[in-house]
Formats: sequence, structure tokens, C-alpha cells
Amino acid sequence: MLKMTHLSKVYRTEVVETYALRDFNIDVKEGEFVAVTGPSGSGKTTFLTIAGLLETFSGGEYHLDGIEVSNLNDNARSKIRNEKIGFIFQAFNLIPDLNVFDNIEVPLRYRGMKAAERKQRIMESLERVGLASRAKHYPAELSGGQQQRVAIARALAGSPRLLLADEPTGNLDTQMARSVLELLEDIHREGATIVMVTHDPELAARAQRNVHIIDGQVVELSEDPRFHPAQVAAGEVRG
Amino acid sequence: MFAYYFQLGLRSLRRNPALTALMVMAIGFGVAASMITWSVFRAVSGDPIPGKSGQLYTVLVDNRGPQYNDKGEPPEALTYTDATALVAARKAAHQTLLFEVAPSVLPEGNQSLPFIAHGYATNTDFFGMFEVPFEFGGAWRASDDEGRAAVVVISHALNQQLFNGADSVGREITLDRHSYRIVGVTAHWDPKPRFYDLFSGNAFGDPVQVYLPFARAVDVEMDTAGRNNCGSNVDFGSGRDAWLHGECVWVPMWVELADQPAANAYRDFLTHYAAEQQRAGRFHWAPNVRLRDVNNWLDYKQVVPPESRISLMVALGFFVICLVNTIGLLLAKFMRRAAEIGVRRALGAPRGEIYRQFLIEAATVGLAGGVLGLLLTALGMFGVGLLFEPQIARLAHLDASLVAMTLLVAVVATVLAAFYPTWRAAKVQPAWQLKSN
Repeated sequence: MLKMTHLSKVYRTEVVETYALRDFNIDVKEGEFVAVTGPSGSGKTTFLTIAGLLETFSGGEYHLDGIEVSNLNDNARSKIRNEKIGFIFQAFNLIPDLNVFDNIEVPLRYRGMKAAERKQRIMESLERVGLASRAKHYPAELSGGQQQRVAIARALAGSPRLLLADEPTGNLDTQMARSVLELLEDIHREGATIVMVTHDPELAARAQRNVHIIDGQVVELSEDPRFHPAQVAAGEVRG
Repeated sequence: MFAYYFQLGLRSLRRNPALTALMVMAIGFGVAASMITWSVFRAVSGDPIPGKSGQLYTVLVDNRGPQYNDKGEPPEALTYTDATALVAARKAAHQTLLFEVAPSVLPEGNQSLPFIAHGYATNTDFFGMFEVPFEFGGAWRASDDEGRAAVVVISHALNQQLFNGADSVGREITLDRHSYRIVGVTAHWDPKPRFYDLFSGNAFGDPVQVYLPFARAVDVEMDTAGRNNCGSNVDFGSGRDAWLHGECVWVPMWVELADQPAANAYRDFLTHYAAEQQRAGRFHWAPNVRLRDVNNWLDYKQVVPPESRISLMVALGFFVICLVNTIGLLLAKFMRRAAEIGVRRALGAPRGEIYRQFLIEAATVGLAGGVLGLLLTALGMFGVGLLFEPQIARLAHLDASLVAMTLLVAVVATVLAAFYPTWRAAKVQPAWQLKSN
């Protein structure tokens, strides 16, 4: 479903080159629920934005659902984002001027879907996240957990092949985080491929597979000095 | 998607009322200033007889010579002698001559007082050449010109005043104590500028009320109410006959020539005529003639008042300043929504859709500015008199074309102003926006 081979991402200025990802390799199979972990600045979010075609990469190969994406133009990348990928962000990223219904409608509009089908999909996805009665509410009128559920409904409405989640529970309290995570697990059980970036070990443990990133490279968890048994025992692990 | 983006644009107007109000006011005031001055400029500078202005030529012959003419240019009308001779020669498809008259009109019955009417003495070709529309009847016949018949064509307004708008063809009207038979009533016709008589300085004067045969007016010794230019160093003798056949110029003359070869041929004829006058000892200089079509004549006479051009330039400059401000305001408005742009891009909007959304949003701002501009333009029409002569100011009016123009200019100008802010908006990197959130 998602395969990156020797992928690199370099940010260049006149005086310095900074590798955000270096010789990065990952292969996510269809239907997998993968958690990507790593400390701050390790390249997790850069990986996610490249995976979501929001950013280009400097070298290597990236196949998404069998398509080599490096040479695609903006229109083609946008089309893939719209039809194959669903995003869930830590900050929810709902458009504040649009109500819940209109927020979920945004990706469907870009797909050129007819109004009746849009409405059906929106209501179905809202029912799935338990917010059908809030369709006319504005984001500011909802709690953080509800906003994240709306964001999930927005991601689901387009029936994406791949869900990319960036710290989906990062802005939520424990109870809300648990309910959002349960929702993601339900979605996964129904067959969706999910890649979730997190630095919460408890959250990562709920995924089928963990991929750990340090300094822009996928490594074994044991290679992260922060996860040395002594430090874990002392509770010093930080994201 | 257009309707969707238009709807988003309307919502966006309400999102930040202060910023929206500033933009709408900037566009509204800018477009109103431009449209008010444009309406004046349009009225004074338009082609008064579109489609035919290239075929109508005023005829000028230098009867003054290099010592007395205006920097080599012939006088701006003809002498009676030259005008009647050239018309009689019939070298053009149609030819007319005219002079301004102001006869007294004595209404029927004792109810109304006599009044002075504004009119022209001319010939029958005048009506066809200048495409004068008729409400009742028509022009008099060529035989009426030759027979010096007491016939007259009156305007729609005079017919309304004297006969309550009824078909007055065949009825009599008294002009300067002579009775004339009405043969035609014109429909409304008042070309501005009045290109056919720029000599009298009435380019934007009151509408014409009566037309009567040239020869008849001369016979009854109807004086010219227009200009009569006798120069400064010519001896004309005394008495009306001496004046009539002297070297005073007071008769504008026009010919209709179908194409350039016809115009060239007529110019040759004029040169030949002037050469004949030289040989006869009347002119002591080489032939100096001009044939100017309508637009050339309007340019030469500088009919467009300079203040209308200057005020238009100032207003356009003001509009440009308003638009520059609008660019800044739109930039602020759009860039505040960088997060939304990032989300839309992530959800599948290509750059082209971002362009489309924000340009349509700018168009809604422009439309709102256009509506305000329309109201201000309507108000501004009352103030045109403060800037221009009354006869110019009254030409400015808010018609359907100006309404459409105001809205169109406001929308197009705002969309153009929005190109840079939209370009910046479309360049927003979604990854950075989403990371920063």
C-alpha cells in the first residue's frame, strides 16, 4: 500500500543541508495498522507529510497503492490525496467558518460528487462517529473530542484506502483519547490501512506494528538510547 | 464549483466586517469617481454619428490667404458665395449647407406668448446625410429648396409644445411673421457634440427646434444666429447684399463621400475650384482647401473639454490608489486563512482550485464595491455641475450601460488586484501550515 525505498528529504539553505529523512525505508501492507514513533525532531511528521503527498522528497522512491509518485504534478498529487488518502491531524484542522456538514463536504466537493451522494456520505460518516445530530454545529460549538470525531468523519467520508493520523489524540484528555482510539481501531477492523504518528508508547502499543524513527531513519527500538531499560524504568522517556 | 465558491465568498464578506468594509469602500469610492467622470467624458467624446462619421466631410476653402488665415488653416466655415457654388456643383453624392437661425414663433390663438426658437436653415440633403429620424412626415423635397418654398420641419419637442404631440404635418406655423407649412416632425434627435455646427460654438447647446430651407431663409433675410467671421482686414462694402456676397464666413458645409477615392476626387475638385478663384483674381494665393471627416473635425476643434479629460485621469489615478490599498487588504485577508488553505490542499484541492476560490471571493468583494460605487455614482451625478459647465454637466447621466460598466469595472479591477494575494495564497505549503498547527 505504502512503500518508501531509500527515500531522503533534505532542507537546503545557502550554508547548510539538513536531512529530515535519510535512506528511509518502510513498507506498509494493505489493511495494516502501523504506529510510527520517535522523539521530537526525528522526522515522524516529515514522513507523514511526504506519505500524504503534502511535501515532495529529495531522493529515493515512493510507491503509493502501486503508483510511483515522484514525478506526479500538483493536479495528480491532489487527486490522489483526495481519493486515496484521509488525514487526521492533532489540531483537528476543521475550517472554523464552516459547520460540521460543510467541513466534511470539502473533500467531496473537490471530487466533483453530486449533492445527493455527498449528503448521503456525510450523514453516514457522521453516524459512524456518533455526531449525526451535530451536523449544523460549528467547530467552536464542539468539544475537542467531538472536533476530532468530525475530522475522522471528514477523512472517512471519501472512503480512503489509507488513513494518515498525526498525533490524533495529542490534544485530547484521556477519556476522549480512548474513545478516538477505539474509533480508529473499529475503522481498522473494517479493513482500512492506518499509519499513525505518535510519541505516546501506550497508543503505539495498540497498533499492529511499530516503526521507530531516529534522525530520519527507521531503526530498531532497541537502538533508541531513550528506550534503554534503565531510563524506561526511571520514566524518562520523552517524545 | 462556481456557486460553491461564490457562497464561500459571501460568507467571507461577513467574516471580517471591518476589513470587508474597508475594501468595499475603497473599491466603491474609486469606481464611483471613475464612472462619474467617465460618464461626462463619454458624453462629450463619443462618435456622434457612428457608422457614418467616416463618410461625412466638412468642406473648407481658404478665402483669407496666408496673411490672415489661422496659421495656414482655412477659416472654419465658408462664405455664402463658396458654399452655394460648391453645393450647386453637386460633385458629392450628397451635400448640405447650413446656418443657425433664431426665428420668433407665434403660437396659434392668444393663449401663449411668442418665443424664440432655435433652428437651422439648410437643405433637404441635411436630413438624409445626418440620419435625422422622423416622427411624422419627412424632409422637404429638393424642389422646395429650388423653389424657396415656405416649408419647415419641426422637432418632437416643439410639436409637443405647439400641437400637444399630434401629427402636425400640413399645418401652418408662423416664424418671424411668415407662415410656413409643416412637412415633417423629427423624432428625438440631438447628437452630442453637435458635430455639424461646431463653427457656432454650440457643440453642447440646446436642442434644435426648427429647420427651414436655406434659400428661403436667405430670401426673407433671416439673420444668422451663429458666428459671422469677417476677418479683420477685408473691405466688404455696405448693405446686406455686400455682406452676403462678401468674404465673411458663416456657412458650414458638409458633403457625403462613400469612400477614400471619392474623398480624393472631391479634394481635387475643391483644389480646382480654389485655383479657379485664384485665376479669377479673387484669391491671391495657391489653393488651400481642407476636407475633414467628423472625427477629424472634432479633434481639430478640440471639442472634448480639457477638464473632462483631466478629471477622468485624476479619477482613474484615485481608483488605482484604491486598488493598491485593496491589494494590501486582500493580502491580509487571504493570508490570515493560510491554515484553511493548508487544510483544503490536504483534502485534495489543487492549486488551481485555490486560485479559483480566492479570485471568486475577490469578485464578490468587487461586486459589493460595485454596488456601493453605483449608489455613489448616482449621488455623484448631482455634483457633476460643480466640476463642469452646466451644458456639459447635464450630459452625464446614469443609464443601463453605465450601471453595467460600474459593476463590471469594479469586479474586473478587484479580480485583477487579487491576482497577487491569490498567488501568495496558492503558494501556501500545506505541510508547513499543518505542522505549525
